[in-house]
Amino acid sequence: MTTTTNVTQKKKDRPNLNERIADLPLPIKVVLWILFALFLFALPLLNIPFITTPDSDFGGVLFTVSTYVLVALGLNIVVGYAGLLDLGYVGFYAVGAYTVGVLSSQHGSLPWLWCVPVAIAVAMVSGILLGAPTLRVRGDYLAIVTLGFGEIVRLTLVNSQWLGGAQGISNIPRPPGIELFEVPSIDWSTGVPVVDLGTTTTFLKFGISDFIPYYWLALVVIALVLVFDILVKNSRVGRAWEATREDEDAAELMGVPTFRFKLLAFALGAAIGGLSGALFAGKSGFINPQSFELLLSILFLAAVVVGGQGNRWGVILGAIVVSYFPERFREFADFRVLVFGLALMLLAIFRPQGLLPPRRTLRAKRADARQHVLEEGEAGA
Amino acid sequence: MLLEVKGLCVNYGRIEAIRDISFTVDQGEIVTLIGANGAGKTTTMKTISGLRPVRAGTVTFDGKDITDLPSYERPVLGISQSPEGRGCFVGMTVMENLEMGTYARPDRKSKAVKDDLERVFELFPRLKERVNQAAGSMSGGEQQMLAMGRALMAKPKLLLLDEPSMGLAPKLIQQIFDIVTEINSQGTTVLLVEQNAAQALKRSHRAYILETGEIVREGTGKELANDPSVKAAYLGGDV
Repeated sequence: MTTTTNVTQKKKDRPNLNERIADLPLPIKVVLWILFALFLFALPLLNIPFITTPDSDFGGVLFTVSTYVLVALGLNIVVGYAGLLDLGYVGFYAVGAYTVGVLSSQHGSLPWLWCVPVAIAVAMVSGILLGAPTLRVRGDYLAIVTLGFGEIVRLTLVNSQWLGGAQGISNIPRPPGIELFEVPSIDWSTGVPVVDLGTTTTFLKFGISDFIPYYWLALVVIALVLVFDILVKNSRVGRAWEATREDEDAAELMGVPTFRFKLLAFALGAAIGGLSGALFAGKSGFINPQSFELLLSILFLAAVVVGGQGNRWGVILGAIVVSYFPERFREFADFRVLVFGLALMLLAIFRPQGLLPPRRTLRAKRADARQHVLEEGEAGA
Repeated sequence: MLLEVKGLCVNYGRIEAIRDISFTVDQGEIVTLIGANGAGKTTTMKTISGLRPVRAGTVTFDGKDITDLPSYERPVLGISQSPEGRGCFVGMTVMENLEMGTYARPDRKSKAVKDDLERVFELFPRLKERVNQAAGSMSGGEQQMLAMGRALMAKPKLLLLDEPSMGLAPKLIQQIFDIVTEINSQGTTVLLVEQNAAQALKRSHRAYILETGEIVREGTGKELANDPSVKAAYLGGDV
């Protein structure tokens, strides 16, 4: 027993980056956050070499990356926090996008902004409708049921003329904007950064060729969702999810109504997915069932798993990896998909817990290592 | 009478796990259910804590019929279980596990919780040493202590202990049983399920013997411990 205490008392001496940031005084932290936010907003204008996508519009790519980030945050609630494997998440994304499409163009003419809360609500209700009968099954069965849900949504969209059929819905209105001033961008073509007054972005005009304002909008939405995510995760609800994920029976014994909390995770995840879909519809102006293939569900899940399920910063990183790199390396044509697949496999082998796993996963890993050392010690004695 | 189980039948699908069992637990007692593997001990526990649905019969706690009450509402009434196999939340720290124990308490933010934490640390000093350690990294005995401590944090009137000695070293088993006795002497009623019949009978006021889903014997701990047939079947004594 004495050896076990010795091992645990050995503390890590070197604080990691996270801890060092956490130790900074508050004003410095606030300034750092503001600078970081400014950088994110300026990113599409800076046109930084190597980071900018050479073969596709960088503003558009950044918007796509943002929708992935948003979706990953939503899916993280379901998969990472509550531990429910959802393979049909694209269904909620589609529900959000189509709610906007139907209300604003196909069967109505509501402005985009009015449609967004409805889209969130409809996605949430669809999450509850899917969850109520299916969340009683566990693990693999839930994965299969959700997989079916995603496909049912897509097939319904293809086959329902009321929803535009295979052609989809066009003429979806854009988010409301005001044209206040022009923001110049940076030109690196001469090797040094030069302010380019010829290529400007209008603040804040949601047009059809310049996608940068959509990216800005998405950033704001992500920030709001993040605040919400942090508040929920740190509340009793977050703790209940954690307990449910780790041991459902034990959680019930502690007084956690596990079914209700799983349903809540499903509903919140679906709502964020729907919000993401609404953003997508507002930017594209046009949606059809092909935008909501099964592959997208897999990619969303890959983002969460690659990043580190359960850690919000991890899944954001995962979403960026999954959506940005294929765009950045478009010049390699079809090979990029091959490389992407290989990269995912390598990650799965060498870093199964994700790029940025949550603290508890690290904790569990350290515990394993310790157990291992102990067993070896016993064998040697 | 704190707990009254009457004519209880529980099925797993078409298989009858428990057939028409009845027993009672009085305020302040330690009552033990002993029996071999598959006798229905754990099923009985799970039914009292609400994890298994009842096919027939009633469970009454503190004068209230709780037969169909959902499991998550039972801790509020004062039933708390340390499940078989411990069921610690392995990724959480010891402290977080203990905090989960207070999840259902209406007074979870009051000072009473602090006092209860002190009490748990007095019973299990080892938990205090490990307060920031992940539950999954602790030994079986420590996890058992944590599971019991967590159940106590709910401030139960009735503590259900499902095989607390399972898989532990003999010295540790002794210690766990000492703690069970101590918990009981501090005023908590205990319903215990055990395969370690010798220890359990020595410690309990009354006991029931379960065989293939039915209660076959009942008596005080001492009576059963000295009964030749019980000795032969459960205590490893000679016939």
